[in-house]
Amino acid sequence: MSAADTIQRLDKQQLARRVARDIPEGAYVNLGIGLPTQVANYLDSAGDYFLHSENGILGMGPAPDEDHIDWDLINAGKQPVTLLNGGCFFHHGDSFSMMRGGHIDICVMGAYQVSTRGDLANWHTGDPDAIPAVGGAMDLAIGAKQVFVMMNLLTKTGESKLVEHCTYPLTGLGCVSRIYSELGVIDLGPDGAKVVEMVDNLTLERLREMTGVDLTMAQ
Amino acid sequence: MIDKQVRTVAEALEGLQDGAAIMISGFGEAGVPAELIDGVVAQGASDLTIISNNAGTGDVGIAALIGAGRVRKVICSYPRMVGSRHFEERYRAGELELELVPQGNLAARIQAAGSGLGAIFTPTGYGTKLAEGKETREIDGRHYVLEYPIQADVALVKAYKADRWGNLVYRKAARNFGPIMAMAGKTTIVQVEEIDPLGTLDPETVVTPGIFVDRIVRIADAGKAAA
Repeated sequence: MSAADTIQRLDKQQLARRVARDIPEGAYVNLGIGLPTQVANYLDSAGDYFLHSENGILGMGPAPDEDHIDWDLINAGKQPVTLLNGGCFFHHGDSFSMMRGGHIDICVMGAYQVSTRGDLANWHTGDPDAIPAVGGAMDLAIGAKQVFVMMNLLTKTGESKLVEHCTYPLTGLGCVSRIYSELGVIDLGPDGAKVVEMVDNLTLERLREMTGVDLTMAQ
Repeated sequence: MIDKQVRTVAEALEGLQDGAAIMISGFGEAGVPAELIDGVVAQGASDLTIISNNAGTGDVGIAALIGAGRVRKVICSYPRMVGSRHFEERYRAGELELELVPQGNLAARIQAAGSGLGAIFTPTGYGTKLAEGKETREIDGRHYVLEYPIQADVALVKAYKADRWGNLVYRKAARNFGPIMAMAGKTTIVQVEEIDPLGTLDPETVVTPGIFVDRIVRIADAGKAAA
């Protein structure tokens, strides 16, 4: 058995649980559409967390049961949600001021590519035939105090999504603070990519080979 | 006596011209003034510019206007949705111009128009394809892009309740773009479920003051939960 075969990659649920561990009680958090939404399932249900939805909700709760669906109460993915006690509504201008104005503590997003300095590409594949759509991605990327990207470091064909320079169209420059991946947690910044933790049986050298980028251990 | 209520959708849309720029509230299905959009379809104005977060789905609303070839340009943040085939067809055929705007810049530019600002410097989009060719400035070490207000001849808004002076109360997350679009339209036309007697809306809950509203039309049972 080669070393690669024994690497204990995190599955999606383990990854969501890992991200949730780094979200402190009291944080104002925006969870992106898709996998990041599942982080909510692992926040301590006894604690107070403020989930923000770009369409004008703070204190967003889980999906309702079928009898309580209200199509005036949906999330950014246009799925029915609920409002927690203490939650509130506001218009789009205020909602995006919360992002742009630096009031949101943490946002968690997916990505196509992230550079070692924290550039983010997650809105467009660059395919000229694709219908472009950006939504709130660019506002969140540059607005939240901390931007966590939650993604597999490697594509199905083994290409690294952590790169020296993004080749996909950019969402924001130098905005991602940390990547949570199936292989470990990596901090990004002006000094490059620093590995905070790795899954069992993975070495820094092996991770460098897999990603093809320069990595050092965080102090 | 001032009464901004009109009896029919057709009356509410009176004076809508070919070539008009129309803001339409809503995010997904929530807060979309569906009956007013149907009214625009029936009214016949064409060569329209539509300013809205999405570009419609299925065969109704904005999608119906696009499908009927009545829209020249769409200004929005997210045109690609499940079932947005009319947008897709016209866009691919080169018959529809798209100005793609990050959602927060869309909101801020609408607010700039309603607030009488000449332009804004926004950090969103700096260094990306959506800021190409635009003026930028560094202010206190941060980079900003110059963006201009988005003006509209008409704003179509959905609210929950109004009084005859045009004060508006919204319902849950259907509020979304309503309050800021109501401020930006040269003529603001609002559809509501209820028109209450003057003095019965709690002034502490009024989100849009009547100064921003020109016409109100009541649509019975509009916007009830689909279930």
